[in-house]
Amino acid sequence: MFLKKMTVAAAVVLMSSQAYAACGISEGNVSIIGNEFPAIHTVANAAAACAGDGVEVKSNLTADHKEIHVAGMQGNPAEYSSAIIANSTLVALMNEDVVRPLDDLLAKHGEGIPKSNLITVDGKVMAVAFMANAQTLAYRKDVLAEAGVEVPTTYEEMLAAAKVIRDKGLMENPLGGAYKSGWNLAEEFVNMYIGHGGEFFKPGSAEPAINNEAGIATLEMLKALAEYMNPDYLTHDSNATNAEMEAGNVALMNMWGSRMGNLMDDEGAEEQVYSNIVVGGPLTVAGGSIPASTLWWDGWTVAKNVSDADAEATFLAMKNGISPDILTEETMGQAVWMIEGYTPAPVNDGVFAAIKAGTKPYPMLPYQGLLHTALGNNIADFLLGSESAEQSLADAEAAYVAAAKEKGFL
Amino acid sequence: MKHKTFFWFVLPSSVAMLLFIFVPIISVVVQSLHVEHEQVIISVENCGPFGCTQATTIDQEATKKLLEAEPLGRFSGFDTYADRNHLAVEDVSQAWDKADNWRDFGSQILNLPFYKAMSFTLAYTFIVTPLVLIVGFIIAVAVNGAVKAIRGPIIFFSLLPMMVTPLVGSLIIFWMVDARGVLGSMLQVLAGDPELSVKASTPLTWVMLMFYGVWHSAPFAFIVYYAGLQTVNQDTLESAMIDGANRWEQIRYVIIPHLLPLTTFIALMQLMDNFRVFEPIVSFAASAHATSLSWSIYNDLGGEVRQLSSAAATSVLTIIGVAILLSPVLIRTWRDFSRK
Amino acid sequence: MTVKAQQRSALLNILLITVLVVWMVMAAFPFLWTLWGSFKVEGDFFSKANWANSLTGTLTKTETGSAFTGMGYHGAWVKEAFGIAAINTVIVCLFVVTISLTFGTLGGYALSRSTYRYTFWFLIIALIFRAMPPVTLVSGYLPVFFKWNMWGHLPTAILVLVAINQPFTLWMLHSFFKNIPKDLDESAMVDGCNRFQAFRYVIVPVMWPGVITTGLFSFLLAYNDFAVTAMILSKENQTMVPKIAGFLGSTQVKGNVMFAVAAVVSVTAPLFVMIMVFQRQIVSGLTAGAVKG
Repeated sequence: MFLKKMTVAAAVVLMSSQAYAACGISEGNVSIIGNEFPAIHTVANAAAACAGDGVEVKSNLTADHKEIHVAGMQGNPAEYSSAIIANSTLVALMNEDVVRPLDDLLAKHGEGIPKSNLITVDGKVMAVAFMANAQTLAYRKDVLAEAGVEVPTTYEEMLAAAKVIRDKGLMENPLGGAYKSGWNLAEEFVNMYIGHGGEFFKPGSAEPAINNEAGIATLEMLKALAEYMNPDYLTHDSNATNAEMEAGNVALMNMWGSRMGNLMDDEGAEEQVYSNIVVGGPLTVAGGSIPASTLWWDGWTVAKNVSDADAEATFLAMKNGISPDILTEETMGQAVWMIEGYTPAPVNDGVFAAIKAGTKPYPMLPYQGLLHTALGNNIADFLLGSESAEQSLADAEAAYVAAAKEKGFL
Repeated sequence: MKHKTFFWFVLPSSVAMLLFIFVPIISVVVQSLHVEHEQVIISVENCGPFGCTQATTIDQEATKKLLEAEPLGRFSGFDTYADRNHLAVEDVSQAWDKADNWRDFGSQILNLPFYKAMSFTLAYTFIVTPLVLIVGFIIAVAVNGAVKAIRGPIIFFSLLPMMVTPLVGSLIIFWMVDARGVLGSMLQVLAGDPELSVKASTPLTWVMLMFYGVWHSAPFAFIVYYAGLQTVNQDTLESAMIDGANRWEQIRYVIIPHLLPLTTFIALMQLMDNFRVFEPIVSFAASAHATSLSWSIYNDLGGEVRQLSSAAATSVLTIIGVAILLSPVLIRTWRDFSRK
Repeated sequence: MTVKAQQRSALLNILLITVLVVWMVMAAFPFLWTLWGSFKVEGDFFSKANWANSLTGTLTKTETGSAFTGMGYHGAWVKEAFGIAAINTVIVCLFVVTISLTFGTLGGYALSRSTYRYTFWFLIIALIFRAMPPVTLVSGYLPVFFKWNMWGHLPTAILVLVAINQPFTLWMLHSFFKNIPKDLDESAMVDGCNRFQAFRYVIVPVMWPGVITTGLFSFLLAYNDFAVTAMILSKENQTMVPKIAGFLGSTQVKGNVMFAVAAVVSVTAPLFVMIMVFQRQIVSGLTAGAVKG
């Protein structure tokens, strides 16, 4: 991955002379903040290619972007003229009113940006998406064949398959999952709860509504799955879960589409393991038709508190950042790009299957983040067996209500 | 020393502390007494690459007016301190009324986030601090007895637990205690239980966190004590020996009293640092089993939606906690000071 | 010392040696294990299959052809330009230590020489200041730093670290100066020096051991800091620890943990040299200093 990044950087520099003319910026300052990973580096580098006479393009890509971007865009003029964000993070920026609607800029320069990539809230375009991600099944075809089970399409089938694999003595803990207490565990809850057809809030309000049958069924399912996981599952983030898979300890797991490439390459695992890992679609649960997963996108915004000239320059630079020109042999595999000319590889099958199966996007509600945090801190107690499902859900609701009151939502 | 001279001497460090610690503390206290305005929420349709959904958003126009009227937010007094995520006054009194016995009351209280965090924080502080002092002292005595030529390397290796970046140091230790890691496997053999997993059990996670705490901080106590040992008055020691004191008595009556002031210094710093325990919980992904006050602050600030007032209230509670914890030591220091 | 050594019984010797050996193993083993493992691939070092892979290097052999690889080091230093972060860290540490000690010696000296009650309260307030969790302080700084265009620059991080470090420095140096006899500077003042001259010409020459010890702790604070540097330094000014954190990856994207391991191992070597050079001063510093608390 990192090797590739350097070559991409070099390629972008070579391209920059033509790209400059294509950007059409006469002057302005562009400053980008975003998470640090190769796909975002590619976008930021392509945006940086617009730098030239009177045009400055800077970027600050860091894993701590979420702690910095609100503060960095609140000032006037804002330190950052663009933040690269995901669905859940866009909400945090909109709550603080630091991003501007892009409609007028789109009308002026929007040519070439596909309609389907526009994120609109209340009819106003707030962000432009450029890549997608979702958690889907990853499995070992050799182990499933040996156990004589079909590839599961529901969580119930996954449990049955796990039982067969364990009973036949093929693997002791055949399931994997990023159940680390906190954000990851809450994400698993959100996926499973949506699969059960649950609604998080009473319609149109910020009152929580998770302590119901769907919520209890969700927790019961998470616990049933956890029975077949490594006993340390509450400490396993996606790194640890993938390591389990690569070590050959796990046969079935729910994993991010963006991590599949690393599972299937020849690093970190024996050939027997990596050559047999296959990506499947998202699973459904409890006879529902909506997959128990959420779709995520990454996209860019333009800050509110910058001059119109800088906003225009930023728009043009970011547009160049996601132009089809950025897709080269190296960058193609970095993400599921939502850019014209992208040809998916087998590792991306899962995300495409998720989109096709009608997976819901992660909810974009101003208070969803608070509920997510409250869930992450409270449902581990149920999985540890120290309290009932109802009690855990009631605790999560109570913690959320206290937080939502403080933020003025209730 | 004259007031004026004193003033000029302490000016640089006072200004630094005033600007970067005192002013933020004031703003944190103010923040903790306010909550955000009532948000005006409107229903909207959100559209994106994966279709449209009904959702809600904040009406920024309406909210802006409220914000201009009161830029700090709504004044809420001590409401944030009293809510369920902090002191949980209401829930505690309810639990008190409903609970049949102490056990029941205790388990209900420990289900509240603040008291859950407090229970681990206090256990950690009161177990790790004395152990750091004892372990540090024993190592210091042992190193002091070693041949001079090898003392340099020994000091370096002894300082390693404190010097290796905790971010990666704890990652490596965390891997080592994994059920399949080198230490975890060793423990399984020692305990005779091939299923043993430190990370899956709450009591063992507590032990692991405390063990890490002692391992990480013992070098600090060691180096301070070791230096203290260099100044033990040899005459006193020799006269004690002539009086027939055995080795233990020498330590008991000469060395320990000599090191007592140092112990105050180490204890003061360690009590404070241990009360703010935070990094190991994050690096060891232990939040399902143990949380602390500092962890709560980090958790409030690190979510998708930042809870500034909540974090501010917990910070103020932490400062108060530290002040209470240190008060016995401080009263002692005050007496010493007044005596002079 | 010699008297003691002669009188030590065999049993006691064995006990002392056991304590030392056990402690040495506990302190050094994780580091030595890391040093060895840093020449392996990630699949071996963090092996979930069997910890012994880290010793034998099974995957390292299949992936690189030999049992040892310098990939982690190459990745960190060459591909990821870890050297820039190392230079930034050197700058930050150098200035934090110098400024902390300058402010700290002046303040600590005054606190040790003044006999008024307010010195006690000054020290107590400094201690309470230290109780503030750094995470909260940093989140308070951010809006202000962005507004005044101070965010992202090395001097800002240096100032913040100096300030956060002041309470500890003041306490430690205050107790150190208490042990330097008052007669020294007072007789200089009788000879016609003012307070500052007395400090400059009489105290400064004898204060180095204590200052170096305090400096070691200031250094470690600046060197290992994550909470402050990760949040207020921009990418190009990043120091080593946030840079290492960046290697660890996030939920959706795999990191490169071996880069982090190699980076940590390679920055420990200069620390070894530093401790060897300063170990005598560290000990003598505390000897003269913190002894009376």
